[in-house]
Amino acid sequence: MLRIITPVMRVIEIPMLALQRLLGINRLAWVFLAPNLILFGLFAFLPVILNIFYATTGSDNVLLSDRPYVGARNFVTLTDCGNYLDANSCREDKFWRAVWNTLWFVTLQVGFMVGFALLTALILNRDIRARGFFRSVFFFPVLLSPVVVALIWKWILQREGVLNAFLDWTGVGGVNWLVQADWAFGWSVFISVWAHMGFYTLILLAGLQAIPRDVYEAAIMDRASAWRTFRRITLPLLAPTMLVVLVLALIKGVQTFDEIYAFTGGGPGTATTFIIQYIYEEGFAGAPRLFGLAAAASLLVAGVLVVLTLIQLWVNRRNVNG
Amino acid sequence: MKKTILTSTVLAAGLAVSAGAASAQEIRFMCYSDGNECAVYDDLLTRFEEQNEGVDVVVDEVPYQAIVENLPVQLAAGTGPDIAKITDTGGLNEYYLDLAPHVDTGYWDEAFGETLNWYRVGDRDGYYGMHSQLTITGPFVNATLFEQAGVEMPGAGATWEDWAAAATKVAEATDADFPMAIDRSGHRVAGPAVSYGAKLVEDGTGTFEGFGPFAEAFVGWNEDGTMARDVWASQGGATYADAAQEFINGEVVFYYSGSWQVGRMDEQVGDFFDWKVVGSPCGPAGPCSGMPGGAGIVGFEQTEHPEIVAKVIDFLAQEDIYAEAAARTRNLPAHLGVAQAGVEFEGATPAAQAALTAFAADLPNVAPEAFAYQGYSGNRAMYGITVERLSQAIVGELSVEEALARMNDDLEAAMSEAQ
Repeated sequence: MLRIITPVMRVIEIPMLALQRLLGINRLAWVFLAPNLILFGLFAFLPVILNIFYATTGSDNVLLSDRPYVGARNFVTLTDCGNYLDANSCREDKFWRAVWNTLWFVTLQVGFMVGFALLTALILNRDIRARGFFRSVFFFPVLLSPVVVALIWKWILQREGVLNAFLDWTGVGGVNWLVQADWAFGWSVFISVWAHMGFYTLILLAGLQAIPRDVYEAAIMDRASAWRTFRRITLPLLAPTMLVVLVLALIKGVQTFDEIYAFTGGGPGTATTFIIQYIYEEGFAGAPRLFGLAAAASLLVAGVLVVLTLIQLWVNRRNVNG
Repeated sequence: MKKTILTSTVLAAGLAVSAGAASAQEIRFMCYSDGNECAVYDDLLTRFEEQNEGVDVVVDEVPYQAIVENLPVQLAAGTGPDIAKITDTGGLNEYYLDLAPHVDTGYWDEAFGETLNWYRVGDRDGYYGMHSQLTITGPFVNATLFEQAGVEMPGAGATWEDWAAAATKVAEATDADFPMAIDRSGHRVAGPAVSYGAKLVEDGTGTFEGFGPFAEAFVGWNEDGTMARDVWASQGGATYADAAQEFINGEVVFYYSGSWQVGRMDEQVGDFFDWKVVGSPCGPAGPCSGMPGGAGIVGFEQTEHPEIVAKVIDFLAQEDIYAEAAARTRNLPAHLGVAQAGVEFEGATPAAQAALTAFAADLPNVAPEAFAYQGYSGNRAMYGITVERLSQAIVGELSVEEALARMNDDLEAAMSEAQ
């Protein structure tokens, strides 16, 4: 192996030495960083700059050269509200409906998801029969494509779907789940929890298994009750993992789009329209394409996500530093 | 020796292919199909290729979504095809190639008449598009359910209210799920809205003036169960939804859609029940108008071969070719000569032939407002706004008055951004 590598290294060494002589040892670091910097610049930094450009320009033209500068007009349009709690009083009412829907959705979805994921992780952490099988069962929905998840549940919940057929058969009578705003929203939360819970269960399970057994043995020796053990040992020692799960779920919740879009299309009305769908529809699906408004909205969402990411980084750092 | 021969053969073949490619003038035709349109055009254009040596017309069949979403972006970026089959006739006007210098404009005027205006916007009033398939919105009625209910079907000149009352009686008597249904589309409700007094286009500008009476009636029908609420309320945004499957399943008595559904009805309803197409109902404002529409074939200015592009479209516009395409694709003709001569739709059952004839007979009833709306370049924006805001009124997020006010605001914002 060395016989192959050594001559190759000698060949590479020639231009590298020449470069080092030309640039100096300190500047040579930039040469090594260049590929990564170029990729990062092209696919991460440039889109952000373009987004800012679109957000501060108007018209439905896609070409940058044809878009007149409008300053903060798009941000003003989005935030012009008589009362932020009442979307009807806002100039861009669809944006605020999407914002409030997203906030409600994230609150409910993250709350239920973390709660159920913890419960499931606690059960799966016990020495139960067919534990491996149940772990796979709970993780399986995570492997499904969002569109598949949406279609499965649409077939179950549509007017003549599986659930209504069952309810009719039992004599209870079906409900038009996807036409009533509250039901459609409730099912959206449920489906999202069902589809993503497995991932967070897995993280929490890893957190539970990292808790030293001797602490529990000490609790047993002290005759601590199961509830007290959970409150005084499991929860505090699991807290760092819980925080990571919470922040990850929050970020993912704000980004919710594909499965709910395929499931309800954002309806009935705007009952399940979330912020990412609003951005998609304004920028790409509607006519004319309001790229400026969509870009401004996406920058506002990016701001929220940056804050959530910073919290996550801070939590991670705190965990690492003990 | 064998190897040498093989190598030289491959080399010669390669050179021949590349030489051929260099000399051929390739025309890219971006096409979508409602049925078999692209295959038929591809076949017809082989005759054009035979008559015009060195020209290669490549028909790229794409999904309709690509025409609506990708084509405008490609054109803006200067990377569009040479020819395309489109539905946003006025909206893409700025990119159209004026065929006038290359075609007999007298023939085009005579053949396509008013539909030529659908492709014109403001000063750009040349000869841009050949309307390849004319569509018109109208109702499909489940005649078997009427018969079973013993209710007489409203006749010519019946109003929307008459049909709503009759369809409700039929649904009650037969246990059908819904008396009526209209596709979730701004285009579909435009005809009825005009019949209720909507102007839609005034002095070349879009307006929702006079839309109120229809909005009130439509939201009311959705609330009292006359209209299938699922169609408009179970979706968000401006997403399209139709009730064709519900009609095919025998769940809807009166289904308002359009002539492009004839093939599907013919194929899927079969002997399940008798269905027929009736003329668009009348409204309190007078007209009994459907909404025209359809698709057309246009060339783009950015092509490197404007003369050939014009020749290709002109070839498809010739009466014999157009008539053959209409017969094979089972589309209503926009070519006045072909329409006048009548089309024997290939492979159409008597029910389908009767339905297409009924739709064709309803064309003269199209109100001028509906005709102008089809050619208005901002109609796609208005379709989307109509669907979004009417849906919000149906599910109770907005009152009808609030929805109408929002429709006007949205239209104003869209037009200022589009300018």
